[in-house]
Amino acid sequence: MALLKSSKIISTVWVHPPLGVRSIRASSWWSEVQMGPPDPILGVSEAYKRDTNPKKMNLGVGAYRDDQGKPYVLSCVRKAEAQIAAKKLDKEYLAIGGLGDFTKACAKLALGDNNEVIESGRNITVQTISGTGSLRIGANFLSRFHTEARDVYLPKPSWGNHTPIFRDAGMQLKAYTYYDPKTCGFDFQGALNDISKIPEKSVIMLHACAHNPTGVDPRPEQWKEIANLVKKRNLLVFFDMAYQGFASGDIDRDAWAVRYFIEQGHNIVLSQSFAKNMGLYGERVGGFTVVCKDAEEAKRVESQLKILIRPIYSNPPMNGARIAATILNTPDLYKEWLGEVHGMANRIITMRELLVANLKKEGSTQNWQHVIDQIGMFCFTGLKPEQVARLTKEFSVYMTKDGRISMAGVTSGNVGYLAQGIHAVTK
Amino acid sequence: MSIFAEVPQAPPVAVFKLTADFREDTHAQKVNLGVGAYRTDDCLPWVLPVVKKVEKMIVEDNSLNHEYLPILGLPELRSAASKVALGDDSPAIKDGRVGAVQALGGTGALRIGAEFLRRWYNGTNNTATPVYVSAPTWENHNAVFSDAGFKDIRPYHYWDGAKKGLDVTGIMDDLENAPEHSIFVLHACAHNPTGTDPTPDEWKTIAEVMKRRKLFVFFDSAYQGFASGSLDKDAWAIRYFVSEGFELLCAQSFSKNFGLYNERVGNLTVVAQDKDNLARVLSQMEKIVRTTWSNPPSQGARIVAITLNNPDLFIEWKGNVKTMADRVLLMRDQLKDKLIALGTPGTWDHITQQIGMFSFTGLNPKQVQYMIKEKHVYLMASGRINMCGLTSKNIDYVAESIHETVSKVQ
Repeated sequence: MALLKSSKIISTVWVHPPLGVRSIRASSWWSEVQMGPPDPILGVSEAYKRDTNPKKMNLGVGAYRDDQGKPYVLSCVRKAEAQIAAKKLDKEYLAIGGLGDFTKACAKLALGDNNEVIESGRNITVQTISGTGSLRIGANFLSRFHTEARDVYLPKPSWGNHTPIFRDAGMQLKAYTYYDPKTCGFDFQGALNDISKIPEKSVIMLHACAHNPTGVDPRPEQWKEIANLVKKRNLLVFFDMAYQGFASGDIDRDAWAVRYFIEQGHNIVLSQSFAKNMGLYGERVGGFTVVCKDAEEAKRVESQLKILIRPIYSNPPMNGARIAATILNTPDLYKEWLGEVHGMANRIITMRELLVANLKKEGSTQNWQHVIDQIGMFCFTGLKPEQVARLTKEFSVYMTKDGRISMAGVTSGNVGYLAQGIHAVTK
Repeated sequence: MSIFAEVPQAPPVAVFKLTADFREDTHAQKVNLGVGAYRTDDCLPWVLPVVKKVEKMIVEDNSLNHEYLPILGLPELRSAASKVALGDDSPAIKDGRVGAVQALGGTGALRIGAEFLRRWYNGTNNTATPVYVSAPTWENHNAVFSDAGFKDIRPYHYWDGAKKGLDVTGIMDDLENAPEHSIFVLHACAHNPTGTDPTPDEWKTIAEVMKRRKLFVFFDSAYQGFASGSLDKDAWAIRYFVSEGFELLCAQSFSKNFGLYNERVGNLTVVAQDKDNLARVLSQMEKIVRTTWSNPPSQGARIVAITLNNPDLFIEWKGNVKTMADRVLLMRDQLKDKLIALGTPGTWDHITQQIGMFSFTGLNPKQVQYMIKEKHVYLMASGRINMCGLTSKNIDYVAESIHETVSKVQ
């Protein structure tokens, strides 16, 4: 090591024999830094990449694939990019809150045209670093200003990254019953029971549609009861909408719960992501919205959001927001986008049906109805950790150990192999 | 009753408010010497020719998609960016003890570094470790470190208003008296806002004291290439500290030297003792990134990576950088000459002695107000001007305005 040969030392603290590597490490600032574990979700992709089995399948991270298993760049995105390139725009800093054309359209997409909130100017919508960035800004904002309650209630289970995001922001994590492992469906009564006990003013996280990781969504009647109960309990609603359009294939249908809650008088906070529904994953396009009492409050909230954002990354990246804004604000491209989202959702629905059909063909006697009933990119298979481990080890099928698979990674070419593997570890 | 009823209105960020006020001003001769972005002699933003070229390549490459980058960012960017800072033949890089985290601009790099230090430096979660930032410094430094959880952010002497230069004794005193293990944020070159950098000899003395007193080095490198026109010259201080054996962090920004402001391209270079320490440090930074933005944006990273890793494009880029640096140097020369020719009270050598985008004119707050209100020349309350806002068309007006202001307002 260079330092051993060099006569220079970093620290004047001289460690006596035995010398060698140990003393060198002792003089590093970082000797006590522990090795962090690989990310449970993104770490799956890294492990997949290292596998040399030609039949390997990556069903880990929620990134859409076409029926050839390839990443899919939406046609409307390519067209938007060409339009943008032709404009020869400069690269000046965006405002802290992001591109105005984007944030306005982003709010409209979630809340609907002619929504009273937007017309009265009582929402503030800022551009964020995709869904994660949106959740983090929201968590930081609540941590700083919602001082009456420190607790965030997540559904059980929730997206793995929710917990560390809120924790790092200084909030405390609690949970409410959501998933019923016996039915692989929604435990409606369990959820209502738990929600009825949540202390007033606590934050409750709701997945707007295509719940991650279970794919289990409440039905509209159930949403209505939840909304009612949440209002009784005086809870602050935080909606996470990462899959608008992806769940049912219909933008408005997927935003129904968000719009219903607002109609019922909940002043929600909302995170949106365009990673999946526009395929803009790496461009990091998202929005964070606070529905306020009135426009004056919205201005105050906006000023504080900027104060939070500035010391994290100053202002957001242009490229993805420009693409999204172009699509949302150009009628032809918007129409094309709706069609493409519908297409992606449909392919996933088809894969769900094929998987169940193939499992039956393999001779599985288990009940796989939930694979079809669940919605969105993910399927909570019900596989136990040992079964998941076997599926990965013996079949090179990569998924998270909670049994979640990304249906987007399933193709007509590999669905048979997947069914074989699942059947083998569950029979 | 709204839960947000008690949320107070926050003050606007000064530098952006200045630009907003400038935009609303209808005066024919108004000049914006506020925010730090390069302008051509026609006072227009400049998309670097090499950037246009590479963007075209990217748009036309149908094999590229928009998939997630790894959490730590585009590998080709991280390694190339660290090489730009530390040099092609860096022994530290050869030793495998240099790593990096792609971040959202220089701000993002600073923030990830700050979050890491708060969690893992000088114990674990030691929010009491003093963080020293120069007096004055980029105004966002304070908030980056305090929002990362540090409770004790202190100034170190830097700018000597009387002599309009570096307060060397002040710096040395602060270094000698700082508690051991304190973190010091050092501007690698083209100090913002003063444009005043230590000389190589002064850097050597600073390094000697910091090593002896076990102080932590956190470089902020937002202007490499922009200061002198030479990448190597502008990175001299960073490379010197690395050669002296420091483990350090260096937040790099490609906003100015690539003109990629709104694509948010930055890199946090980590120089550790050895591979093992580096690996553990990066693994913890990954966790921090994951709860902040999950993974960084792709477009800007691609542009910079392609450019830095292609020999021809790299040369072209260096030329573009020199073009910008040279225009700034020209404006410095001309402004000083004009002030002297006008017989403007005071000394103006600091205009050409200072380096980089900014100049600390020495104008006091009252004089600054006069410049803005009466002359419609917009500059920061600190007296900082962005040299890039000067052009052959407005430099006479600006020189005359300074002359009038300094003559009339004390």
